[in-house]
This record gives sequence, C-alpha cells and structure tokens, in this order.
Amino acid sequence: MALSGLDIFKLLPKTNCGDCGVPTCMAFAMKLAQKKAELSECPHASEEAKATLGAASEPPIRLVKIGGQSSLEVGNETVMFRHEKTFYHPTGIAIELRASEGQEKLLPKIKEIEKHKVERVGEELKTDLFFVTQDSQDKKDFLGAINLVKQNSAKGIILYCQDRATLKEALGLLKDDRPAIFLQKELEDADIELAKTNQASLILTAESFEELAAQTEKARSAGLNDLLLNLESKGVGHHLLHNTILRRSALKKNFKPFGYPLFSRIQIKDDFELAANASIFLCKYDSVIVLPRYDKALLYALFTLRQNIYTDPQKPIQVDPKVYPIGDPTPESPVFVTTNFSLTYFIVSGEIENSGLSAHLVVTDTEGQSVLTAWAAGKFVGEKVAKFIKDIKFEQQVKTRKIVIPGFASQISGDLEEHLPGWEVIVGCQEASDIPSFVKKVKLT
Amino acid sequence: MTFEIPEETHAGKVMEVTLGATPDQGGTRSHTVKIGGSTSSPFHFFEGEHPHSPVVAMEVFDQVPAKYPDFLRNYCRDVIDQPAAMAKKCVAEYGAELISVRLEGTHPEKGNRSVEEAAEIVKHVLESVSVPIIVTGHSHFEKNNEVMKKVCEVSAGENCLINYVETDNYKTIAAACLAYKHTLVAQSPIDVNLAKQLNILLTEMNFPAEKIVMDPLTGTLGYGLEYTYSIMERIRNDGLAGDKMLAFPMLINPGYETFRVKETRAAEKDYPEWGDLEARGIYWEISTSMSLLVAGAELLIMYHPQAVDAVKKKIKEMFVPKKGN
Ligand code: B12
Ligand code: SF4
Repeated sequence: MALSGLDIFKLLPKTNCGDCGVPTCMAFAMKLAQKKAELSECPHASEEAKATLGAASEPPIRLVKIGGQSSLEVGNETVMFRHEKTFYHPTGIAIELRASEGQEKLLPKIKEIEKHKVERVGEELKTDLFFVTQDSQDKKDFLGAINLVKQNSAKGIILYCQDRATLKEALGLLKDDRPAIFLQKELEDADIELAKTNQASLILTAESFEELAAQTEKARSAGLNDLLLNLESKGVGHHLLHNTILRRSALKKNFKPFGYPLFSRIQIKDDFELAANASIFLCKYDSVIVLPRYDKALLYALFTLRQNIYTDPQKPIQVDPKVYPIGDPTPESPVFVTTNFSLTYFIVSGEIENSGLSAHLVVTDTEGQSVLTAWAAGKFVGEKVAKFIKDIKFEQQVKTRKIVIPGFASQISGDLEEHLPGWEVIVGCQEASDIPSFVKKVKLT
Repeated sequence: MTFEIPEETHAGKVMEVTLGATPDQGGTRSHTVKIGGSTSSPFHFFEGEHPHSPVVAMEVFDQVPAKYPDFLRNYCRDVIDQPAAMAKKCVAEYGAELISVRLEGTHPEKGNRSVEEAAEIVKHVLESVSVPIIVTGHSHFEKNNEVMKKVCEVSAGENCLINYVETDNYKTIAAACLAYKHTLVAQSPIDVNLAKQLNILLTEMNFPAEKIVMDPLTGTLGYGLEYTYSIMERIRNDGLAGDKMLAFPMLINPGYETFRVKETRAAEKDYPEWGDLEARGIYWEISTSMSLLVAGAELLIMYHPQAVDAVKKKIKEMFVPKKGN
C-alpha cells in the first residue's frame, strides 16, 4: 500500500540536517512518496522507518522467478479483474515428468516438448517449466531425469521429491538454475534452509487458509520470500473460491502471508476435464499450473486462452499500418488490403503465404480493429482506405491496378472505386482460410 | 496475523428468469429451467446466493451450417437433417438441458426457407422433446421478423427463449413475445452501454424484466474471447452493484462460434504443432465455455457432445453451495 508524504514524514528524524541532499525532512518525504528518492539516502533513518517503508514499497503480490537463463517471472499482479488494468505475468505452464518413466522414455519426450512452439498473432507460444516427480525406488532415476532436462532444455525446473537427502543432491545439480521446490508437507526449518542455500523458491502446500498463513509467516520470518502458494482443494469449485479469496486478501486487505503467486498441480485423468480445470485456473489467478501430460492440442487451446486473458485490455495488439511484402513481390504482383488488428494481419498474411503467391498486403490504420468491427466503426471504409493508399504513395510503387478487399467488407467496394480512380476493386472471399483456393479462381492482376 | 475471509456483499441481484412452461402454466414442457438469481460473482458461494446452476443447451438446424465439421457430424449423421430427431438425440444421449433450433436457413442468402417451414420445424421439435426450447434467428431483419412472429404464434404459451433482438430491430419480435408469452434474448455487440440501452428500450415498451436474457456476443477463443470475457465481468459487476438494467442472466454461443474458425477445421497434417483435430476442437469449445462461465455465463449453447459432457460435469463440481473450504 502506498504511503503519503505526510505518513513518511512522521517516520523520519525531523532534524532537517540536510544530509540527504534536500534541505528538510518534509521535502525528502515528498520525494520518497513520489518515488524520486530512496530511504537509504537519509543516513539517520531509524530501523522502524526502514521496516515500514520497506514493506510499503513491496508489491502486494511478490514477483517470483523460476529458472536460470530463460527464467519465468510470475506474480506482481495488481487487480482482480483484467478490465481494471491488466494482468501482467502470464501463467507459467509446466509439464510433469515422472522419474519412474526411465531415461529412455523421458529423453525423446523432453526433446519434443523443448522443440514444441506455436506461432500465434506474431507471438511464439510455448511451455515454460518442467515439473519433475520422484516416484521411483531408485534416486538415480530422479537425478538422471533432472540431468536430462538440464542438458536438453533451457526451461526452469520444479522438483517434487519427498526425501530431503535426494532433494539436496538434486538441488546440487541445479546451482544457477533457480529451481522451485514443491513441498507437499508441513514446512520445516530444514526446508527453508535448503531453499535459501540453493536459491530455490518454495511451493507451500496447506489444507486451510490458516495453515497456509502460518507456513508463509514462518518462511518470511526466516527471510525466505520466494514462495508460491498451493492451497489444496476438493474440486474445481473450491479451487476457484480459494484462489479468489487468496488474491483478494493480498490485494484488498494487504494480507502479507498471501501476497505470493498461486500454484496448482493438475492430476486429472480425463482429457476434457483436464482442459476445463486448466482453463479456469488460467483465468482465475493461478500463476503456475502443472499439466500431467504433454498434449499438443490441449496446449494450443491453453496457450491461446493465456494470450487472450493476459493481453492489455486498454490497447488491442496491432501492427504498423503500411504495405507488407509477402514473398518477393514485384510492381506487377497482386495487391490485397486489410486492417491493422494483429490477429487479422497475421491470419491474412499467413494465408496469402500459404497460397504460394508473392503479393503486396496493404494494412490500413483501423486503430487495431478487425475488419467487421472497423467497418462498423467507420474506420475501414472506401474513403479512408483510398486516402491511406494515396498518402503512402503506393500508386507510385506498383503497376497493378486491382485491389482485393476482404469479403466481409464487400459493402465498401463501390465507395473505394470511386475514391481510387483507375483501380478495379475485387471482393475477396470472406474467410482468410479460403484465400488459397480463391486466388486460383480469380484473376488478380 | 489472524485471517478473515474477505467477503464482498452486493446490493443487486441477477434477475431470475424461467424458461419453458409446463401444462399448468400454459405450455407442454415436462419441466421449466430457471437461470439467474445470483447475489454475488459467478460461483462465489461464500458471499452470496446462487439458487440456479448454469445450464447447457445444444443446437439443431433447419440447415446445417456450411462449416459444420465432419467430426461433429459423426455424432449425429443419421439425424442431422431432421431437427426434431436430432433434438431428441441431443437430450436423450448427450444430456442437453435445452434445445436451440437455429433457423439460419430462412436467411434470404442462405437458403431462403419459408416462414411456414420454419414454424413447422419448431413445432416438431417441441413435440419430440420435453425440455424448454430456444429459437435462434439471424441478422436479416425483415425475414427474421416474419419468421419469429410466426414461431411465437405457433408455440404460444410454451415460453420459448426467442433468440435474438438487437437495438436496431427489437419492436416486432418483442411484441410477438409479449403477445404469445415467450422470453427474449437481447443481443448487443460486446459493449456495456449498448447492452444497457437495449434493456432500457425493452422495459420502456413494458417488456417484463423477468423475461429478458442478455447475449453479450461471443467471440470464441482466439477470436475476441478476451473482449467478451471482460464485458461479461463488467456487466455482472455493474448488475450486482445495483444497476438493474444490467442484471440479467447471460447467454453465450461457444458452439456456433468455435466450430467455424480455422483452429477447429485445419488438419493436423497441415499444422502438426496444433495437435489432433477433433481433440483440439473439443478443447477449444471447452476453454471458451469454461472461461466465459467464470465470467458470468448462465446459458451456453454448445455443439460437441464430449465438450457438453465435460462442461456439465464441471458446472456440477463448481456448484458448491457451502461456506469455507
Ligand atoms: C472482438 C469484437 C469486437 C472488439 C474489437 C476487436 C478488435 N480489436 O477489432 C470490440 C469489443 C472493441 C468491438 C467493438 C465493436 N464491434 Co465488434 N466484434 C468483435 C467480434 C466478436 C470478433 C471480431 C474479431 O476479432 N474477429 C477476428 C478477425 C480476425 O476477423 P476479421 O478481421 O474479420 O478477419 C477475418 C476475415 O475478415 C478475413 N479477412 C481479413 N482481411 C482480409 C483481407 C482479404 C483480402 C481477404 C480475402 C480476407 C480477409 O480473414 C480473417 C479470418 O477469416 C465480432 C463478432 C464475431 N464473432 O466475429 C464483433 C463484430 C465485428 N462487432 C460488431 C460491431 C457492430 C461492433 C461495434 C460497432 C459495436 C459498438 N457500436 O460499439 C464496435 C465498434 C468499435 C468502435 N465503436 O470503435 C459487429 C459488426 C456487424 C456488422 N457487420 O455491421 C460484429 C460482427 C458483431 C455483431 N454480429 O454484431 N468488437
Ligand atoms: S538526511 Fe534524513 S534527517 Fe536529515 S534532512 Fe534528510 S531526511 Fe531529514
């Protein structure tokens, strides 16, 4: 919670000695409130002032990092509803690997997961973490699995191992990798020690709010702050309530013990129920979810949902309005026109590419709106499209005098021809996925 | 530090809406379905009442949509061209709690079927199933008005959910609903103010508030879902805060919107990183449905039987009308 200048002033020595570089304590307090100075610039500040101001500048939900080089950052969220501002740190998706599967089976799996990426709206979507479970008799299986992940992947690792000695060895393999430890039992001092000495974060598990608060208090007072919270739930309904209450306590009540990102390991057998749970957890506040298996179709849906929920609602993702070359267009190549909503642009450019054509794609400025939305809002109309083409002097760059418009915008065709003398407007197909067959049927130049 | 559950109470309440009518209510349904009535955010049982659980409808067609995927046909190949038989199958085998009859084939550019044909189909569906029904039209105002007027008339007293009217076209259909005792869907394009305005227009013509269901317009996963999601949360928050003109139960269309986008149609061989086609389609519909459920949807019109099954199970699991852990 932010403190006012006056609140801060009350905590300062009030001697106006000037050592901080400003003449009075009050002036210094004002600078602190505006975050233009740091408390350490006052050499006389009391311990109490340091503690209070330090806590006040902490975010209500801590930012936690998992992983070495390509680390995942989760937490530091500030609102309950995305429309209130935005959700900042997309949920990390982890895939569970079981040590008992054996290295022979795990190796190709790890390699495939590492390779798996999907492009969507210009973003590269992928999983973030591996969750490695020790479920074999032999600790070599577990350590072996961790080594395999380390050698074949840059993703962060979450360790789940009931035996502390083995866990310690595993942590030894992950010196600079900031792993996370999934603790599915009552927190002990030795766990805190282990996490601290190995720069690991701890995922705390409890069955009630009170127990969970007691555990985080214990870790915090021992100086361990890289925590994630796992409140066990009887079903998806309880999970939703738990997460809501935890997040609300942190954000609205400034209840420090719950000021950490939330975690959930999903263990459902049925594929479709798994998809349902994971979808809810993505929307309602889990910062890390663990999936029990690797399933490309499921991941694509979840990646897309995550991308949707975590985009900034104040500004649609958009691309620069200009002419984009597809393939190697010449002045004689066909010309297509669309809007600068990222989704629209990427779908359309992808389909023109699929058709094998080289072409010019004119992307007009519709303030990031899709074709129909922009048309309904008067931003994708004949006059504006024509003006855009004239303004960028596109007519001097191409010899082609035919232009393909989106089928859903067929209404603008007359208007566009009128404002763009010398051009013939071709009404394209409605869905971009039909572009490859459309271009075979229609003469475009 | 002692912990206390931070409850938030609200002044408002979502309108309770009844769908269908039993014989003693003037219809022929075996039971009615009630939605709405909530006094806190979706599934927030710890701080409010939720007397009715969300429900799942399935859809049948006077004319099968051009993009209806092949894998979906496999579940109803034998009956897909017979809406009444398909309705029966959806209820008996796939657990549909309501049936939506989509009359897109009456659109002048999509088949131009006659008003009488449409009315016949609705009558047959009413005879073949005993659950409440939804009748879903299209955006060609003139034709749709004629179709809906006739549908309202031939199903008089059944309290069908007539889907939908919008700001530029509500009077004729709303009047028919009033005359023949049906409930109405007020659709607006993902906008809180437009939604509110339409509800005000309806109530100003004395349309009963307890007969309005809102459709905030569904963008499916990856195609505008985030807009629908946030508009629904805002509508629900405002409604609970006391704005009566936004406190209506909400309907969404995950089925229709999902099974026309490329992600539910493109083969795995062309997009290997997208995974199995049918599973992908089911996941797509489930993710759309679940996210919009937590945003406030109470009536979902869905397509894939396996998605319907999973979503219904989850609704049950989320319905935990007890406090605490
Ligand atoms: C999300 C959404 C919004 C979002 C905006 C999203 C955005 N950034 O554009 C918000 C909520 C802001 C919005 C607002 C409005 N919306 Co809106 N919105 C939608 C929704 C749900 C999805 C749109 C979308 O993202 N589509 C996906 C993109 C990729 O589609 P696309 O750009 O059309 O591209 C496809 C094709 O056109 C084709 N294509 C594109 N370019 C080209 C080029 C060529 C050459 C070819 C061949 C093909 C091609 O390829 C793409 C894939 O197939 C649709 C309904 C729906 N389910 O589709 C309504 C919809 C588009 N909106 C509509 C309306 C009316 C509005 C508003 C005017 C409402 C209002 N009065 O406030 C406003 C306008 C905004 C304003 N006033 O500033 C109407 C338009 C109706 C019409 N045809 O007149 C729709 C259809 C809903 C409806 N049925 O009423 N909307
Ligand atoms: S250094 Fe500290 S005590 Fe001195 S004026 Fe600045 S704030 Fe006040």
